[in-house]
Amino acid sequence: MKPVRSKVAVVLVIVASAVPALADDTESVRNCTWCHGASGQGYSPAPRLAGQRPQYIESQLKSFSEHTRDDPFSRQYMWGAVAALSPRMGRALAIHFSKLPAEAANDGDRALAATGKTIYQDGIPDSNIVSCAACHGPNAEGVRDIPRLGGLSYFYVKRRLKQWGEGYHAAAASPMPRIASTLPPNVIDAIASYLSFVK
Amino acid sequence: MMIIRLLAVLQTAVLAVVFSAAARAQDAPDLSGRALQAKIDYCKTCHGLSGQGYRGATPMPRLAGQQPEYFDNQLRAFIERRRENRFMYNVSHVLSPATRAALAAHFRDLNPRPLGGAPRDAIAMGKKVYDEGVASANVPACASCHGPEAKGNGLFPRLAGQLHDYVSNKLVNWTKERGQDPKNPDTSAIMEPIAHNLTKAQIAAVAAYLNYLQ
Repeated sequence: MKPVRSKVAVVLVIVASAVPALADDTESVRNCTWCHGASGQGYSPAPRLAGQRPQYIESQLKSFSEHTRDDPFSRQYMWGAVAALSPRMGRALAIHFSKLPAEAANDGDRALAATGKTIYQDGIPDSNIVSCAACHGPNAEGVRDIPRLGGLSYFYVKRRLKQWGEGYHAAAASPMPRIASTLPPNVIDAIASYLSFVK
Repeated sequence: MMIIRLLAVLQTAVLAVVFSAAARAQDAPDLSGRALQAKIDYCKTCHGLSGQGYRGATPMPRLAGQQPEYFDNQLRAFIERRRENRFMYNVSHVLSPATRAALAAHFRDLNPRPLGGAPRDAIAMGKKVYDEGVASANVPACASCHGPEAKGNGLFPRLAGQLHDYVSNKLVNWTKERGQDPKNPDTSAIMEPIAHNLTKAQIAAVAAYLNYLQ
C-alpha cells in the first residue's frame, strides 16, 4: 500500500507543478489581452475567452500551431501568436481565461432570438439540421472540449458558421464543418443572434 | 427599420411554416437515394460517423450493429411518448415507417470498434453480473435476454460496445424516461425491477464491461 500512496503523491506533485498560475499582468496573459480584451471579453474580431472551456481553448491553440484551423483571421493573427507558445504555457493560459467571469455580447438581432432558441434546442428535423444543444448543452455552456457558446458575439459565431460552410477547417475531429454546411443563412442569423444573449 | 422588421417577420414566418409542416410519422415521405443518405448523415452527426456513439453534452448511444426490431421500437416509443427524450422525439416524428426500417437496416450492418472510455477496474465484476445476474437481488443474468456476447435479439437490444455513461444513465433513470404512458404499457417494463434492484456499483461495473465488448 505504501508504494501506491507515494506514487500517487509523486503524480500529484508533478501535475500541480506542471502548470504555472498566471495573473492579469503576466506577460503571456498580456500577449493575449492586447486583442482579446483586458478581461478577456473579446474585441472584434477576437472572440471572448473569458469563461470558455479550458480544454477547448487548448485544442484551438493546438489547431493554430498545427495550422489545421485556417480561417483568414486565424491565419493572419493566431498562427503567429502561438508560434512561440509552449503546450505547458498554453494550458496555463487556457485555465487562466476559463476562470474569468464572462459577459454576454448582446449584439445579435433581438427579433430573431426566439426563433434562434428553438433551432438551438431542437434543430430542424425536416431539414436534417441537428440540435446544437445535444452537444453544446441546454444553456450553451459546453462540456469538456466542446465550447461554451453562450454570450459569444453574434458577428463571431455567424462568421465561423459561414466559414465552415465555405470550406474552412476546424480543429481536427470537429464535426462543425459538416454541420455548418447544412445551415442556410437565415438559420445562421437566428442561432448566432440567440446565442449572443445567453448568459 | 421597417424593412428590417419586415424581413425578420418574414424569416420567422418561413421558419414557422417549416416547423408546422413537420409531418407525423405516417404522413412523412419515404426516403430513398440522396434523401435517405442525407438523413443517415444527420443521424451520424450525433451518433458518430460510424454509428459508434458520441459524447456531447449527453452521451449519444452507439447505433452500430443494433437489433433492427429494437431500433424501430425505440423510434416509435419516442413518437408515442412511451420513452421520453426531447431530441429524439423531434428526430423521430418526421420519419415514416419505411424510413425507420431503412435506417435500422443501415445501422445494423455497421461494426466499428467500441468507443471505449470506461474506467477498467470494475470490468471483471461487470462480467460476473452480466453472465450470472445477482441472485440475492432477484436480478437475472443479463446474458439470458441480451445474449452471451451482448449482441441482443429482436426487441432485446445489443449492448456490446455501448457507451458506459449512456448505459449507466439509462439504468439509473429507467422509470423517469420509460413507460411514461400508463395507458400504453411498454416492453421496457421488464427492465424496471432489474434497474431498480441493481446497486450503483453494479450498474457502473456492468456498463464498464459492456463498454469494451466488440
